[in-house]
Amino acid sequence: MLSAEAKQKIDREIAKYPAGQKQSAVMSALRIAQEENAGWLPKEAISEVAAYLEMPEVAVYEVATFYNMYELKPVGRHKITVCTNLPCALSGGVHVAEYLQQKLGIGFNETTPDGKFTLKEGECMGACGDAPVLLHNNHKMCSWMTPEKIDRLLAELESK
Amino acid sequence: MSLRPLILANTNGDAGWRLEHYLARGGYSALKKVIAGKVSPEDLIAEMKASVLRGRGGAGFPTGLKWSFMPKGEGEKYLCCNSDEGEPGTFKDRDILRYNPHAVIEGMTIAAWATGATRGYNYIHGEIFELYERFEEALQEARNAGLLGARILGSDFSFELFAHHGYGAYVCGEETALLESIEGKKGQPRFKPPFPANCGLYGKPTTINNTETFASVPFIINMGGQAYLDLGKPNNGGTKLFSISGHVNRPGVYELEMGTPFAELLELAGGVRGGRKLKAVIPGGSSAPVLPAEIIMDCTMDYDSLSAAGSMLGSGAVIVMDETVCMVKALERLSYFYHEESCGQCTPCREGSGWLYRIVHRIENGQGREEDLELLESVAGNIMGRTVCALGDAAAMPVRGFLKHFQSEFAWHIEHKGCLVPLDVQRAGSQIYVSPSC
Ligand SMILES: Cc1cc2nc3c(=O)[nH]c(=O)nc-3n(C[C@H](O)[C@H](O)[C@H](O)COP(=O)(O)O)c2cc1C
Ligand code: FES
Repeated sequence: MLSAEAKQKIDREIAKYPAGQKQSAVMSALRIAQEENAGWLPKEAISEVAAYLEMPEVAVYEVATFYNMYELKPVGRHKITVCTNLPCALSGGVHVAEYLQQKLGIGFNETTPDGKFTLKEGECMGACGDAPVLLHNNHKMCSWMTPEKIDRLLAELESK
Repeated sequence: MSLRPLILANTNGDAGWRLEHYLARGGYSALKKVIAGKVSPEDLIAEMKASVLRGRGGAGFPTGLKWSFMPKGEGEKYLCCNSDEGEPGTFKDRDILRYNPHAVIEGMTIAAWATGATRGYNYIHGEIFELYERFEEALQEARNAGLLGARILGSDFSFELFAHHGYGAYVCGEETALLESIEGKKGQPRFKPPFPANCGLYGKPTTINNTETFASVPFIINMGGQAYLDLGKPNNGGTKLFSISGHVNRPGVYELEMGTPFAELLELAGGVRGGRKLKAVIPGGSSAPVLPAEIIMDCTMDYDSLSAAGSMLGSGAVIVMDETVCMVKALERLSYFYHEESCGQCTPCREGSGWLYRIVHRIENGQGREEDLELLESVAGNIMGRTVCALGDAAAMPVRGFLKHFQSEFAWHIEHKGCLVPLDVQRAGSQIYVSPSC
C-alpha cells in the first residue's frame, strides 16, 4: 500500500532524527500515507507504517487517533475544515460554517453523496486575524472567507 | 505611537522571507559576530539576562536564566522551538515563520552556541503546513550558505536543525507533550521534575523556547541586552508581537514596545468595529482571564500591568469583544475547546473540563440552575494546580475570569432562561467580517 515514492519520502523524514529514533518519523509517515490514500488511513496503512518504522502497530494507532488531522474513516475528495473557535466566531466563523452546510447540504462530519466534499469543524488554526478561515485537505489555508469566495472555491474544487 | 517593529521590521510580506532578503536586512550578522568574536557562552547568557527577554510562549520565564540551566560539557543536547501556536487568539508565530523564518534559524543557532546544543527541531503547528514547507526551504538555504550544519561559517561549531510538524493537538504546545510528540508518541505531558534541561528529548538535556523568543535573539545580540531592555520597561524588556482579533477594524499582528497602553493598540487596530462599544477583552490568549472594558482601557500591554489587573500577558493574543457579545456563549465556546483538547491523562482535567463545558452549555441553553455558578467555581477550583500540565489551569482560568467580572450576566441567564444580549443583536455582531487589510 505504501508506494516506493512514499517510502522515499519517509526515508527523508527518518534522516532528520538520530540513529535508532525512527519512531520520530511516525507523524510524517502517517501524513504521507494519508496523502496517497485519498485522505484517510485504513488499517493496512497503519500496519505498513508500523512495519516500515519497526514500531508496534498499537503505538502507531495511538498516534493516528490522538492527532485530529488524521482520518480513520473515508472522507470526500475535498475535506473542508472550518474554524469556529471564539476569535473566528466573532468575525463570522459560524456564519461561514452555516453557509457551507447549506451549500453542500451536509452537516459536520458528513460527506456529500457524490463523495466530493466532507465538512469538519476545526479548532483554532493559529490564523485568527484572517477570520473566517478554513482548511482544504489539511494543508491549504483559505483566509477571510465570504460567501462569494466560498462559491468560487467550491466551483473550483468541484471540477477537481 | 509605540509601534516598534524589530522582528518584523522591513519584512516585505511573502516576497521577503528568503535568505537573500534576510541578509539584505542585516541578517546573520549577530551569528557572525558571535562566531568570529568567539563570544563565550557565559557572556552570551549574561547578555540575554541583561535584556530581560521573557519567554514569549505564554509563561514569561526569563530566557537567559532558562539557558543557564543546561548542563555544561560535551554530549548530545537539544534545542526545540515551539511553533505549535494553537492557543485561540494567537497567530504571531505564523507571521514570523511567514515573513522572517531565518530570524528563527539564526536565533536558534546562537542559542545552540550558548547552550552547547548539537541538534534542534522546530515543531510547527500542523494547520500551517504551508509554512512548515517554507521553513524546510529556509533551512536548506541556510545549510547551502554554510550558516547551518557542520562547521558553521568555517568554524569548528556545528548545529543541525530540522522541522517537525504537528497534526492537530493543542496540548502539544505544552513543552513536554511537544517532546513526546517529537519522539513519535501521542502528546501527553510529562511529570516535572525532571525538567527538560536535565532530561528532555530522548532523555538528553533540552531547552525549549517559543518562536518569537528565538527570533528576538539576533536583535538582542546586535543591539545589546540593555538597549533591548530599554525598548520596553523594567522587568518587561523589548518589543512584543500582539495578535489582535475579534471586533476590531484591522485585526492582525502588531509589534509594539512592551508597556504600550492598550488604548494605543486598539487604535492601531482601527478601533472597535462599527463604532460599537467595547465590552471586554481577553488580553493574553483564550486561557487568560477576561477583563471588562473599564479595566483593560487603563492597562499597559506588559507582564506586570496585566497581572496586576488580574489577568496575564500570556502569548500576547488580544481578543476584543464588543457589546453584541453574550458572555455565556463566549465562555461556552472556550470551555468546549479546552474539553476537546484535554489529553485525558489527568482525571481533574479530563472530567473537570467536560463538567465545566456542560454547565456553561446548559446555562447558555436556558437550563441553568441556581446553584450552577457556585458549582462552576468549585469545579474550576478543583482543577487548578491538580494536573500534570497547565492545560487544566487553562480550562479553569477563563471560567473564573468570566464569573468574576460578568457574574450578573450569568445570573440573568439562569433566571430568565436566555441571553441578556438579544439574539438578533448577537447575530449581527458576529457577521462575516470583510477586513480592509485583505
Ligand atoms: C496547554 C499548553 C499549551 C501551550 N501552547 C504553547 C504554544 O502553542 N506555543 C508556545 O510557545 N508555548 C506554549 N505553551 C508553553 C510551553 O509549555 C513553554 O512554556 C514555552 O514553549 C516555553 O518557551 P518560552 O520560554 O520561550 O516562552 C503551552 C503550555 C500549555 C500548558
Ligand atoms: S480562532 Fe479560528 S484560527 Fe484562531
